[in-house]
Amino acid sequence: MSEVVIFFIMASIALCAALGVVLARNPVHSALLLVTVLISIAVLFIIQDAQLLAAVQVIVYAGAIVVLFLFVIMLLGVDEEESLAEPVTAQRPVAIVLGLVVLAEVLFLAGHQWATGAQQSRGSLQAGDGGNVERVARSLFTDFLWPFEVTAVLLVAAVIGSVVLARRSNKPTIDDEVETL
Amino acid sequence: MKLTDTYFLTFAAMLFTIGAVGFLVRRNVLVMFMCVELMLNAVNVTFVAFSKSLNDISGQAIVFFVLVVAAAEVAVGLAIIVAIFRRRRGGATADDIDLLRG
Repeated sequence: MSEVVIFFIMASIALCAALGVVLARNPVHSALLLVTVLISIAVLFIIQDAQLLAAVQVIVYAGAIVVLFLFVIMLLGVDEEESLAEPVTAQRPVAIVLGLVVLAEVLFLAGHQWATGAQQSRGSLQAGDGGNVERVARSLFTDFLWPFEVTAVLLVAAVIGSVVLARRSNKPTIDDEVETL
Repeated sequence: MKLTDTYFLTFAAMLFTIGAVGFLVRRNVLVMFMCVELMLNAVNVTFVAFSKSLNDISGQAIVFFVLVVAAAEVAVGLAIIVAIFRRRRGGATADDIDLLRG
């Protein structure tokens, strides 16, 4: 029973904060509301026996990714409010209608028990020795060893890519080129 | 009243929809990236919910790979945003970035 109460509190906080991320006109507010969403989801992970993921969620998402967002917002000085003018005709109504269609579709699927996978094909959530960390680690380093190694390549590529992109070049800016034309 | 995976799937569907609509309606590139994060988190909630209902640990292991992809995507995406903003002063929305030429 207490789990249901926690679920409804945290889910409503997360949904309200997610609406805030979309509706806030200042990007700094969006980033702070994103932290609220991520921490509420970490609590939802705990009530689903995913303690390690809850910790990783707070450390990696709220700790690293959102701080990176805030760094870029501060670095670029784009924390001014954006205008509400609509450049593309009827963009917002069409987007909202599309969103409602997606929601109806996913809810239809969620209510129909379409996932009929075999239970416990790769290790149980509770049985055996050790805690949640040990079971996730065992799965990650046995069943998912090859994908795990591939993520190392992905991260190296991401690091090299961001260094190359963020490097300061001596080429003139587009604004300078437009001025000389 | 028992907490079933339907609650979590419904919550994840609503979170995903908010993220998708936000990505379509916002024009600030940074907020668009935050909406992508919302969608990825909705998928993570779904994975964990199925991990619980099928009693299978691999759902939680896969969330790690989603996290890695999200981190790599944010690193590269923010580097692209910084590079664009450095080369064109002023314009702060996705509509201003309409040239393929660098």
